[in-house]
Amino acid sequence: MVDKEIVDVCNASAARMRRCIIDMAFRAGKTETHLGGSLSMTELLAGLYKGIICFRKEDPDWQERDRVILSKGHAAMALYAALAESGIIEEEELEFFKKDGSRLSAHPSLGLPGIEFASGSLGQGLSQGVGVCIALKKMNNRKSRVYVFLGDGECNEGSVWEAAASAAHYGLDNLIAVIDMNGLQYDGSTGTVLNMEPMEQKWQAFGWETVSIDGHNMNEVLEAYMQHHHVPLAILARTVKGKGISFAENSRKYHTASLSSEQYEQAIRELG
Amino acid sequence: MNRRSGNWGEKLIDFSRRNIRIWSLLGPGGALSTAAMELGEVKPEVQMMTADLNYYSGLKRFSKAYPGRLINVGIAEQNLIGVAAGLAKEGYMPFANTYASFCASRCVDQIRVNMAYMKLPIKLIGLSAGLDAGVLGATHMAVEDLAVMRSLPNITVLSPADCTEIIKAILASSETLDPTYIRLTGPMNMPIVYNEDYDFQIGKAVEIRQGRDICIIATGSMVYHAVRAAELLEIKGISCAVINMHTVKPLDTEAVDAMQDKKMIVTVEEASIIGGLGSAVAEYLALQKNRPYQIMLGIRDSFPTAGSYDYLLKQCRLTGEQIAEDIISALSRE
Repeated sequence: MVDKEIVDVCNASAARMRRCIIDMAFRAGKTETHLGGSLSMTELLAGLYKGIICFRKEDPDWQERDRVILSKGHAAMALYAALAESGIIEEEELEFFKKDGSRLSAHPSLGLPGIEFASGSLGQGLSQGVGVCIALKKMNNRKSRVYVFLGDGECNEGSVWEAAASAAHYGLDNLIAVIDMNGLQYDGSTGTVLNMEPMEQKWQAFGWETVSIDGHNMNEVLEAYMQHHHVPLAILARTVKGKGISFAENSRKYHTASLSSEQYEQAIRELG
Repeated sequence: MNRRSGNWGEKLIDFSRRNIRIWSLLGPGGALSTAAMELGEVKPEVQMMTADLNYYSGLKRFSKAYPGRLINVGIAEQNLIGVAAGLAKEGYMPFANTYASFCASRCVDQIRVNMAYMKLPIKLIGLSAGLDAGVLGATHMAVEDLAVMRSLPNITVLSPADCTEIIKAILASSETLDPTYIRLTGPMNMPIVYNEDYDFQIGKAVEIRQGRDICIIATGSMVYHAVRAAELLEIKGISCAVINMHTVKPLDTEAVDAMQDKKMIVTVEEASIIGGLGSAVAEYLALQKNRPYQIMLGIRDSFPTAGSYDYLLKQCRLTGEQIAEDIISALSRE
């Protein structure tokens, strides 16, 4: 069991992040934002940033930091909220999400502290993570670990599996893939668009250790991150798309959506 | 990873006539191998990478000499670029290679994000660009790679003229952090353009031959054939300058300006006439008030029928004789 105090800190952070995400989505006005996939991975990011990884907020390029790569770049709102929670960016900057000329674009662009790679074109982050892990090993950096966040829909991309094979081939025990299994992609449920099950066996067959968790249970999230592994680790996190807002949960419509004032108020009430 | 600058002034590589002949015999792969061995010695940050073409690229010698410094990702070009990006982000300088036909198509999205947008210092080497692997069929002909790479922001595009220049281009590319595509055209026993050492600078074209009447601007393997064409034209009383535009992007516009007094500019490339060197020159000339007439020689908008390299050059009218003929007929039309 993880220390209850840490679990509480991380859960409180996740709650604030969720509020930040709703605020960003509402401020974007009639422009649709990737609400569902940001809310599904809130606990996964909150647990990582608040309970697990090492970084220096004043020195985002610190050599011994852990690296976080958001391969599912459309969940940028969740990442921005985590960066604000961690003090890597100012919380006030979240107000500029998706505004003209802002550093906080709909998918992560360059120029924002804490962004290792630009993303938005799916299926690229795991390869980048493999390259970083190989580089860390070459430099004898045994401290840093690399966390790559993937969507379950994203796993349709063949390049994910090229990268998965190479990670095991090179024995990258410093690599952790976190798969946000919210079960929905743009066109519908992952099972109906392109069934990738059995996912856990697929990752295992590619030479990875796996752990399957409830991605909203902070205790399970933190335990998964702390798991020792001798080969790359895939954390398969079952999540709810749109988690925390009743009308958005498990709804394809809220992959990208805008929020009316009424919806925004209801969301805030539900988040408490 | 701390980068250390190699000092090519010390001439660790001997650009002797004997070596130039040997490199030519070995072809582009041999030249790549020679440059790689040099980089392995002087640049600890250099990392060679390939997608199951260790033998084909000539890097077997490198992988034996520098264990652990050649990463072979297998037949997975998208992963090749992604992994290169991870290494580059952490301070290494990856030189990744695969067939040019796959470089410019299979993994363009990865190139676009990691090289063009993020400007990571990846050096991508396109093997058998143009028609060299054309005996294997249309899938192995790289006719569009120049157009594709040139359209991507921030990528330097090099197209060396012979094996000596391949070595120089690779070494020069290691001196900058610019993302770079190096297009290797030409066969084994590649014709020699440079018989002796010369000054190579990225972005600075080389006037190989002076001439009064017209100018051929050529790149890659076509430089040799352009010189041959110029010699044939000389016999017919047409004085023809030849420029080796080894850097297709950024284009050396000063070199083009210097040719504005000519009656005609001819571009020649072992690539599609759509989007390559000819287009780059035309895009520049179109904005000039007084510009010479331009003709573009290269691979017409098609896939040539598979065959040997010499057969394909003839099919595409890219031998020195055919280039001279096409110039004469264009001059007579004018």
